[in-house]
Amino acid sequence: MMIAKNDKISEIINGKRVIVKKPELLAPAGNLEKLKVAILYGADAVFIGGQEYGLRSNADNFTLEEIAEGVRFANKYGAKIYVTTNIYAHNENIPGLDKYLKGLEEAGVTGIIVADPLIIETARRVAPKLEVHLSTQQSLTNWKAVQFWKEEGLERVVLARETSAEEIREIKEKVDIEIEAFIHGAMCIAYSGRCVLSNHMTARDSNRGGCCQSCRWDYDLYKLDSGKEIALFDENDAPFAMSPKDLNLIQSIPKMIELGIDSLKIEGRMKSIHYVATVVSVYRKVIDAYCADPDNFVIKKEWLEELDKCANRDTAPAFFEGVPGYKEQMFGVHSKKTTYDFAGLVLDYDKETKMVTLQQRNFFKPGDEVEFFGPQIDNFTQVIEKIWDEDGNELDAARHPLQIVKFKVDKEVFPYNMMRKGH
Amino acid sequence: MKKPELLVTPIDVAHIRDLAEAGADAVMIGEQRYGLRLAGEFKREDIVEAVKVAREHNIKVYVAMNAIFHNDKVDELGDYVKFLADTGVDAIVFGDPAVLMTVREVAPHMKLHWNTETTATNWYACNYWGRKGAKRAVLAREINMDAIIEIKEHAEVEIEVQVHGMTCMFQSKRSLIGNYFEYQGKVMEIEKRKYDKGMFLYDKERDNKYPIFEDENGTHIMSPNDICIIDELEDMIDAEIDSFKIDGILHEREYITEVTKKYRLAIDLCAENREEYRKVKDQLLAEIEAIQPVHRPLDTGFFFKETVY
Repeated sequence: MMIAKNDKISEIINGKRVIVKKPELLAPAGNLEKLKVAILYGADAVFIGGQEYGLRSNADNFTLEEIAEGVRFANKYGAKIYVTTNIYAHNENIPGLDKYLKGLEEAGVTGIIVADPLIIETARRVAPKLEVHLSTQQSLTNWKAVQFWKEEGLERVVLARETSAEEIREIKEKVDIEIEAFIHGAMCIAYSGRCVLSNHMTARDSNRGGCCQSCRWDYDLYKLDSGKEIALFDENDAPFAMSPKDLNLIQSIPKMIELGIDSLKIEGRMKSIHYVATVVSVYRKVIDAYCADPDNFVIKKEWLEELDKCANRDTAPAFFEGVPGYKEQMFGVHSKKTTYDFAGLVLDYDKETKMVTLQQRNFFKPGDEVEFFGPQIDNFTQVIEKIWDEDGNELDAARHPLQIVKFKVDKEVFPYNMMRKGH
Repeated sequence: MKKPELLVTPIDVAHIRDLAEAGADAVMIGEQRYGLRLAGEFKREDIVEAVKVAREHNIKVYVAMNAIFHNDKVDELGDYVKFLADTGVDAIVFGDPAVLMTVREVAPHMKLHWNTETTATNWYACNYWGRKGAKRAVLAREINMDAIIEIKEHAEVEIEVQVHGMTCMFQSKRSLIGNYFEYQGKVMEIEKRKYDKGMFLYDKERDNKYPIFEDENGTHIMSPNDICIIDELEDMIDAEIDSFKIDGILHEREYITEVTKKYRLAIDLCAENREEYRKVKDQLLAEIEAIQPVHRPLDTGFFFKETVY
């Protein structure tokens, strides 16, 4: 067995160790606006879904024209676009695949994320410029299976979410292939690709994007004993549940970087623009800070707090740090309400008059305390005074979705900075 | 007319004898260390015995190595494959490409059946694994009869279809039953019942009962109904599907044997005397209904059902 020679991860430069193999930060985007925000907030690459063959049939999803526009935008920032084409196809999905993949290649996307060998080989044949990355839907859990896919010519594999740090280390040592691993977002509680609860319970095909999240429902656990059904719960117990907490590996980023993982992936093509911006900007800061000075790195409390501001559920490190126990599941809890709302998107700022022009995204009014954040600024809070509409009429509140409003902000803000409001 | 193989999952070596006499052409066995959701646990010495019994009855033995392997077991796969080859089993059932790689290395002539349970959903993927070395593809349970027949028309490998029994809906690496007991503060229950086989989840809204169990491979949740299409075999026999499987997991041995007898009769009649098959098929279905456990209703799975997405 050939032991792959991995890239050097760090070097001593001027007496100080720095990380020279910086991983890609890969973000999700459900539409063009989220794609732009992800890149502006620091993503090195963005994965999106097209109109077909992806696994979120309820998401907005991009037309080929929008994909091409996304690629043009990404190119300006040196960022890459990957398209998820990771369904397990049925016969009826075969017609149209050639044309679709050619369209992606023409749109200039860097690669596709694929589970089905049908799509892998069709892409090689009709769209050879596309990189092919193996989706987590293949539930890749060992180095020998990774070796198989390397020999099949794939550029990158996304590992199963069930792999631990130690397993990833061994895979990296034994196989010379790019590894992508999830760092943040919602989890499947099952091995991905091996769950058809949705098919059986609602006739929606989970492996073609129809998952109805039956794993988030409540069930009652019984035991059948000589024909009698015995309840294995008391009145006071929450029902049986298998709803996993969301993944959050912020504390493990240093370890992931030292392992040489090539791409750190945030889940969430269905998530809001506020979520994408917040999560991407935090991980951008963590990765940059660690790579610049790994030996003096500490996780800042404000980063953890920032992630919490957009969390939909409680979070946990899941399999990276060992097999998760009951504390990494939710019993009797169905979601955690986020503590902050996304209230507005900055369109412009006049340094002379200190006036911001902002697109309303949720209700706010004079007297509200709001927080601004964005890639160029440190978070700051501010109490809103008077608000005007575009024509200079004073408003008692910004209550119309997407309305353009103006008000004074003391510190400088930049287009695509965001304003959020606590409950 | 070509008859499909009748493949059944036995509970132990003695059961293989019963099944062979009941008309099975092949059995699938294995142990949970390498195989998923088996009707019985067959250690190495049992496999040796199983092959002997199978040879006496002129039936085939397939061994399950279809677990999702983590690094910790990769190094022992070679030894197990070699053992299976030396023992003379007829095929290895796999899902993880690590098994395929291992077979290429240590037993290149061993027949391979590709079975991931849920992902054999189109003919191209079946042929792909055929080009990589598989001789057979076991189709996902979530596709319909028309799709199965279309796959068979395009297939360069043998096609196996489950015709009877429960199917797996879910596998998690997490210890979901143990975690629930731990959450409830019933640590004693974990020792006592974690590996019990009689547990089920009740879904009030659908009034369904889903069997759930844990083993070395994690937590498994099974379908609320048993597939039974003993009265709908014509199209698949005409299409020359290669193998029909009866999965006996979580059923009693007598039940599995009886069901095997009935499918034997149904397949023989359907292939040799179509008129007679049409006359007796409803009766055969009624006979299975009669021995069906009360908590296991029969249905036709996804054979005649469309899914959306």
